Amino acid sequence: MSDSGNAIELNGLTKSFPGVRAVDGLTFAVRRGEIFGLVGPDGAGKTTTMRMLAGVLAPDQGSATVAGFDLTRDAEPAKHHISYMPQRFGLYEELTVDENIRFYADLFGVPRREREERSAELLKAAGMAEFRSRLAGKLSGGMKQKLGLVCALIHTPEVILLDEPTNGVDPVSRRDFWRILYTLLDQGVTILTTTAYLDEAERCHRVALLHEGRMLFCDTPANLKASLPGAVLSIVCADPRPVRDLLAGIEGISSAMIVGDGLHLVVRDPQRMIPELRNRIAAAGLSCDAIEQVAPSIEDLFVEAVQGGHGQDRQDARDDHGGQGHTEDREHQGGGR
Amino acid sequence: MNWNRLCAMARKEMIQIRRDARSIGIVIAMPIVMMFAFGYGVSFDTKHIPVYVYDQEKSQQSQDFVKRFQASVYFNVVKTVQSYPELVSAIDAGRCQIGLVVPPDFSKKLRSGQKVSVQAIFDGTDSNSASLGMSYTEAVAQAHSQQLQLAWLRGRGQGQPRLPVSVDARTWFNENLESMVTIVPGVVAMVMAVVGTFLTSLTVAREWERGTMEQLISTPVTPLEIMLGKLAPYVVIGLADTSLCAVMGVWWFGVPFRGHIWVFLLSTLLFLIVVLSLGYFFSVVAKTQLAASQVSLIATFLPAFLLSGFMYPIDQMPAVVRGITHVVPARYYMAILRNVFLKGSPVLTMWQDLLGLAIFAAVLGLAATRVFRKKLA
Repeated sequence: MSDSGNAIELNGLTKSFPGVRAVDGLTFAVRRGEIFGLVGPDGAGKTTTMRMLAGVLAPDQGSATVAGFDLTRDAEPAKHHISYMPQRFGLYEELTVDENIRFYADLFGVPRREREERSAELLKAAGMAEFRSRLAGKLSGGMKQKLGLVCALIHTPEVILLDEPTNGVDPVSRRDFWRILYTLLDQGVTILTTTAYLDEAERCHRVALLHEGRMLFCDTPANLKASLPGAVLSIVCADPRPVRDLLAGIEGISSAMIVGDGLHLVVRDPQRMIPELRNRIAAAGLSCDAIEQVAPSIEDLFVEAVQGGHGQDRQDARDDHGGQGHTEDREHQGGGR
Repeated sequence: MNWNRLCAMARKEMIQIRRDARSIGIVIAMPIVMMFAFGYGVSFDTKHIPVYVYDQEKSQQSQDFVKRFQASVYFNVVKTVQSYPELVSAIDAGRCQIGLVVPPDFSKKLRSGQKVSVQAIFDGTDSNSASLGMSYTEAVAQAHSQQLQLAWLRGRGQGQPRLPVSVDARTWFNENLESMVTIVPGVVAMVMAVVGTFLTSLTVAREWERGTMEQLISTPVTPLEIMLGKLAPYVVIGLADTSLCAVMGVWWFGVPFRGHIWVFLLSTLLFLIVVLSLGYFFSVVAKTQLAASQVSLIATFLPAFLLSGFMYPIDQMPAVVRGITHVVPARYYMAILRNVFLKGSPVLTMWQDLLGLAIFAAVLGLAATRVFRKKLA
């Protein structure tokens, strides 16, 4: 363990693939015993970062330390102390649940007795105790992810790296998942996770927002939300797309995002804005239900950071793009930007 | 190297083979099918050549002559036709490969001591069969002439005639000169070259394709443990497969086994290290099962078929090609297997071939340990 009390340190970590700089000079640190979330759209460089920290991908530049091991020199010894769960299911479908667990336990040199105790405990926590002799290929998506976690945790890691662990997992399994993670945190384990679910990011101690291989923000969820310039207005409407197009670029609205039941706007002055919005929507012959101020989520923050620009550049960027470029559907975030 | 991790790899690999229908097919069906296909398909013997006869005389003498063809295993007199055009159309249609025309004055000329010419027409589209058929036909005619001559001499009271020089031929190791006997040991080597490489060519590529590799290389397992753990089950399977082929060769194809079993096992083990390492190498480099299996088929099948001495004798190849055969590992194994099955001569006479195999096993085995990197991309 390093003297600084950090379980993971990244220093200018950079990785390029042909035609794209996937991770661009990333620098941050994760403290021991912390659960740290990496969020960002597809292509932000989350998976590449995780792979480098897991020692399965060599960085082009920069350095990283995990569990006290410098990955550029000692990636192999570091692997004894790291659990890595890749985004894609990495277990053997022809092997049963127990056989997969035993395989990974043997690779990490876990003694038999410890393996049996730990796997019984973890499988129980995952709600999978009665599926021990089922082939991994015959498990549901959520079960597969939980088995991946069990295999990753069968040895006693210092650092756990989870790449979108709850992607496509049902709510019940997600709850099991988080319960297991919090148990580990109590034991002093450090967890770095990526997630596409921003509500999950809010469960982390600290969150870093990645975009195009760079870090936009890094802070606690509460501080991040407090740092959002302005307030979030929720417009409930049946057909949000024309409303979004109508409102995009209006002075005082820095970003607009389509959500489940309508739109989220980040605005500077919510009280003055609400009547104006009603008038404009009515004048355009469109309809909406409630318009109200809501507590910002990390999602709002993220969209604001990516769409509205940030820091001092924001005003210039808005002028340059004439407003239209700031509003995108959520599903397009990861695209061409 | 950690023994437990190696065993874990091997155990995992074994379970995967056992539960994967396609692997079982390659392990069991492929050698059996290939043994039959090559054992029967690649025959250099020409027997039972179909013959049509146009006997223009139909005398006792001409019938005797035709019966000689009937009696030979090399010919099969399918039909006697009544006209020349019938004979021609039979050859045209491929119903026969030889058309035999006995002239109408066959017995008359014989009686008067004149030379009789019997016409034989050969289908030359298969030149190998045609030239064999031609020499067999001449041999039959010669034997017939000899018998007639002896009868004639005896009839003139010359007593027992003496034959001039004759060759007393003894064919060793393959008494009846059946090509199957020489082919089958070669087929065993061929089958193992292809099956061995094919088996391991899938193993690493499958991990890349299914996405299990990323998790695997994030563990402390070393490249050497991965390789040995993956190859160990296939060494056992390969030895079982080779034994299966050998048993088929002896019991089904009737090939002798005159050498020592341990020479067979030692050379097989060395050859397996060669082909399994080669397949592993392709698998690591290709990263997809399709590409790896195709490369391994081409890289082993063609050299083993053409350049190992299986199809064409190595000492009759042009010098350049003969030089190339030295880098075809199947060549050494083929020579050893032929010796072990047919000759059973002392081990020391095979030292060059064993050394050749050992060198290839060492070089390819080492190369395979070096090729795998525990990194993505």
